[in-house]
Amino acid sequence: MKFSEKWLREWVNPALDTDALVEKLTNAGLEVDAVEPVAGEFSGVKVGQVTSVEPHPDADKLRLTKVNVGEDELLEIVCGASNVREGLKVPVAVVGAVLPGNFKIKKAKLRGVPSFGMLCSAKELGLAESADGLLELADEAPVGDDFRDYLALDDVAIDIDLTPNRSDCLGIAGVAREVGVLTSTDLCPVTTDKVKATSDKTFPVTVSDSAACPRYLGRVIEHINPKAETPVWMQEKLRRSGLRSLGPVVDVTNYVMLELGQPMHAFDLSKLNGQIDVRMAKAGEKLTLLDGQEIELQPESLLIADNNGPLALAGVMGGEGSGVTDTTQDLFLEAAFFAPDSIAGKARSYGLHTDSSHRFERGVDPELAQQAMQRATALLLDIVGGQPGPVTEVACDTDLPQSASIFLREERIKRVLGIALEREEVSEQLTRLGLTLKQENDGWQVSVPSFRFDLAIEVDLIEELGRLYGYDRLPDTRPHGTVLTTNITETETQLERLQNLLVDRGYFEAVTYSFVEPKIQALLAEDEQAPIELANPISADLSVMRTSQWPGLVQALVYNANRQHDRIRLFEVGRVFKGTLSDMAQQRQISGLVYGNRHAEQWAEKAREVDFFDAKADVEALLAVSGGDIRFEADSHPALHPGQSARVYKNGEPIGWLGALHPKLNKPLDINGRVYLFELNLSAVLQSQVPEFEALSKFPANRRDLALLVDEAVTAGQIEDCLRTIDSDILKAFQLFDVYTGDGVEVGKKSLAVAFQLQHAERTLTDDEVDSLIQTVTETLEQSLGATIRS
Amino acid sequence: MAELSSQLQALEEITAAARQAVAEARDNRALDDVRVEYLGKKGKITAYLKQLGNVSVEDRPVIGKSVNLAKQEVTGLVEEQKQALAAAAMEAALKAETVDVSLPGRNSEVGGLHPVTRTLQRIERYFRNIGFEVAEGPEIEDSHHNFTALNIPETHPARAMHDTFYFDADKLLRTHTSPVQIRVMEEQQPPLRLIAPGRVYRCDSDLTHTPMFHQVEGLMVDEGISFTDLKGVLSDFLQAFFEKPLKVRFRPSYFPFTEPSAEADIECVICGGEGCRVCSHTGWIEILGCGMVHPNVFEHVNIDSEKYLGFAFGLGVERMAMLRYGVNDLRLFFDNDLRFLSQFK
Repeated sequence: MKFSEKWLREWVNPALDTDALVEKLTNAGLEVDAVEPVAGEFSGVKVGQVTSVEPHPDADKLRLTKVNVGEDELLEIVCGASNVREGLKVPVAVVGAVLPGNFKIKKAKLRGVPSFGMLCSAKELGLAESADGLLELADEAPVGDDFRDYLALDDVAIDIDLTPNRSDCLGIAGVAREVGVLTSTDLCPVTTDKVKATSDKTFPVTVSDSAACPRYLGRVIEHINPKAETPVWMQEKLRRSGLRSLGPVVDVTNYVMLELGQPMHAFDLSKLNGQIDVRMAKAGEKLTLLDGQEIELQPESLLIADNNGPLALAGVMGGEGSGVTDTTQDLFLEAAFFAPDSIAGKARSYGLHTDSSHRFERGVDPELAQQAMQRATALLLDIVGGQPGPVTEVACDTDLPQSASIFLREERIKRVLGIALEREEVSEQLTRLGLTLKQENDGWQVSVPSFRFDLAIEVDLIEELGRLYGYDRLPDTRPHGTVLTTNITETETQLERLQNLLVDRGYFEAVTYSFVEPKIQALLAEDEQAPIELANPISADLSVMRTSQWPGLVQALVYNANRQHDRIRLFEVGRVFKGTLSDMAQQRQISGLVYGNRHAEQWAEKAREVDFFDAKADVEALLAVSGGDIRFEADSHPALHPGQSARVYKNGEPIGWLGALHPKLNKPLDINGRVYLFELNLSAVLQSQVPEFEALSKFPANRRDLALLVDEAVTAGQIEDCLRTIDSDILKAFQLFDVYTGDGVEVGKKSLAVAFQLQHAERTLTDDEVDSLIQTVTETLEQSLGATIRS
Repeated sequence: MAELSSQLQALEEITAAARQAVAEARDNRALDDVRVEYLGKKGKITAYLKQLGNVSVEDRPVIGKSVNLAKQEVTGLVEEQKQALAAAAMEAALKAETVDVSLPGRNSEVGGLHPVTRTLQRIERYFRNIGFEVAEGPEIEDSHHNFTALNIPETHPARAMHDTFYFDADKLLRTHTSPVQIRVMEEQQPPLRLIAPGRVYRCDSDLTHTPMFHQVEGLMVDEGISFTDLKGVLSDFLQAFFEKPLKVRFRPSYFPFTEPSAEADIECVICGGEGCRVCSHTGWIEILGCGMVHPNVFEHVNIDSEKYLGFAFGLGVERMAMLRYGVNDLRLFFDNDLRFLSQFK
């Protein structure tokens, strides 16, 4: 709601300057978004009248004018505007004037002809963003008057960002009422007395859907003057509210909407047939709106129709065919109350948003239509004349909202707000708001007027009391409450631990969008199942829900690689969305990407690119935090290198993937160089166990190393698995510490060196025990994997 | 048989030669040679001792004493020289091993947490410390939890204001973290204290909006919770978060799921309330929305609104991070530019 401060002050004029007024409004919940001057800063501009126009001797586009600014002599001014003409009244910046931007008007020569001032456009005076030609003033503009005074331009436009519940303030009357309460100032409302009919002409109205339209008022006004113009004062008020002047009839309906908050509509009576019917649209009906677009009406749309069909989308926008034009002589004026539920969402469903729909969907005072009709009639008679007929009203009392009657408990005020209010203060504040109170034992029975339709339950009244008391006057307190138990589990690792671990290993955390480009996702997806698709994506490249974090990480990689980063390690924690809408998992994952050099370029070590085992080390570290039985098994993933991809298992369950990006994807993804990726189900990674103590042996440990010769196809994992099958109480641990192929090893074979740690809990080992275990190990490996001991 | 004095003279000469030889020994081996030459079994001083038999009985003690002294002295000198050589060798070795300590250490790259995470962690830590639990909820939500149960019925203008991403008529991307309140209250009766951090989505993208951002929802429900408690908890939090005493202002506002509703503004952290571009020259910055849980919300989750009262709040994490770290462009949070990320270590 944007309005002129001067207009508001016509209604209520508290002894506060603009800043104080604005602060009051903001602190009362009517947040002021902007306060802007209604005109640029200028001085020395007068109302003038062009008395003669002659061509410039040396310039086609310039004219020599004589202008009367109310002084003894006419001013000679050279002007280039195309609409300059004899008799025109315009703002004139005389010599000595200062225009916006500190532009000083001096005596000047234009193509050899002296000029004593400048005729101004609206733009040059900061009244409009753009202008084509001079600002044309009304014929009655007083020549010689200061232009600022004439239009009362020492004013600001106040823009309030109203919350949806305060549509009662979508009119000057409502804002004035609020300011009156906040400043204890009396109101000077405009008169909305009944304007007597001077004809008995009516137009029949039926309301077929009274639930959607509980009240409809119509009035015929005949024989208006189609040539009349909107008075300057009204144009200016509209302009300061951000509305353009569109002819006197439309201007009056808009003016009344801004003033009282009641949207209205004017039809050209000659275009109406039979009778007005307020009804729901029927299948297949169409309507061409005032803005020229034809819409196919949806069945739930409330219409104003006549015998020929739809005339207007009720409460949203009129139709082109029945609207007022500059030849309209007879009007049918509408002021209605449409139920918010019947209008809500309708404008939006047609891609529309109008001042009318904005108000009706939030709510309009159901008792306001009559006053608005009278006010509009009176204004129209002043401006365009004509003969008004009687007002036709169709209302359905049972469908009209009933004003609320609410019981307000004194004790509840204290419980909600945290402080007790004096009884006098409660009744005084609520009375000022226009509410009627009856004191009862422990509270008040409160009746709410129709214009505060947002007040429906007790807490609504308590909020009003808090608001008027001032939130800032309420103390800050610390809550008293039950002490709650808290969770300090050890069966789930804290996520922070994992994040810190990766950070310590050189990773930066990324946050990428949860919706991704379908093409990139398809390249990186684990399977071919279609991702969950947004119905209204913001763009095609953010249109499906991610099933993996890799698309986002890869895009972040490309972004950074394009900015000369040659070493990139990123991770992300977040949800991925798998399955279908009806059967979906929104699983949290931790994923990472490694690219480029193993270390930042430095003096101490030779640069080398990262490889699979660098990435694996990070994944192993991540998994080691929570423990459990971890395995990596070669497995194929469409996006990963077939020889460098592993499915990761924890306690026997698959929990994710680790691998090199398949080289065939480098080109489509626009990547140079190897990329290693991992993704792990976060809840599985976090799953941990309480450590269980095992007694420390007091006896010395032995180490034995074995060099095993196996087929090249035998994996380290197979050897580990095989060794795990050995049931021994002295084999504490083993580590693979060398892998060798080449000289001395037969082609097709490889040599693996394994160290065994041997220890007994209760005694020192004997050579026999050790030898016998090593014997078992070699036999087992030989039987299962064909391993031989290399001497 | 020589005179005693000439005997002693000869000993002194040998000793003097030994002194010089020890002093000239440049390494352990040379030193050992010197030791053998003078003190060994066939050494010159030893040999001198052996011919004591030729000395007269009365001179013997004098000569013997002198020889022992000479022996002791040379032994001592050898030992001293040995230590001196060792010290010199150590010094040389240390000198050779000296490094340029200003060269960077090996492989010391540490990464960084995303500023959103960093901010979330601080917020979570604060609220955990005052007894709040962290709750989670789905990001693909249904319209019941995102809207209806929060007192935003189908036709409410607030639904349109949310710029919702939809999948179908019912499923949507949550537009706020408030549905987590509902999910928790469906499961648990008061007393409740929780915060729900997470991603939220709005179909809006321009200089100051990204289609995804983060919120933290907070909820406290108990007997005897009031609006002044809400003010106290949030004022304390804001001071703690920005680590300075800040003016906080509460303005009446409107959210369908709270009443009374408020927006909290803080004194602009950039200009200290003087007025600048960041605060649109008002000196205030809008920081969060809050209010007392609306009775209709309690009704949706079967909590007795006569017995219990509660407050809820929601704050934008990126906005908090921008103010805290002086970030001037929201979109930077999602570009994942390493030049940006590496500033948060």
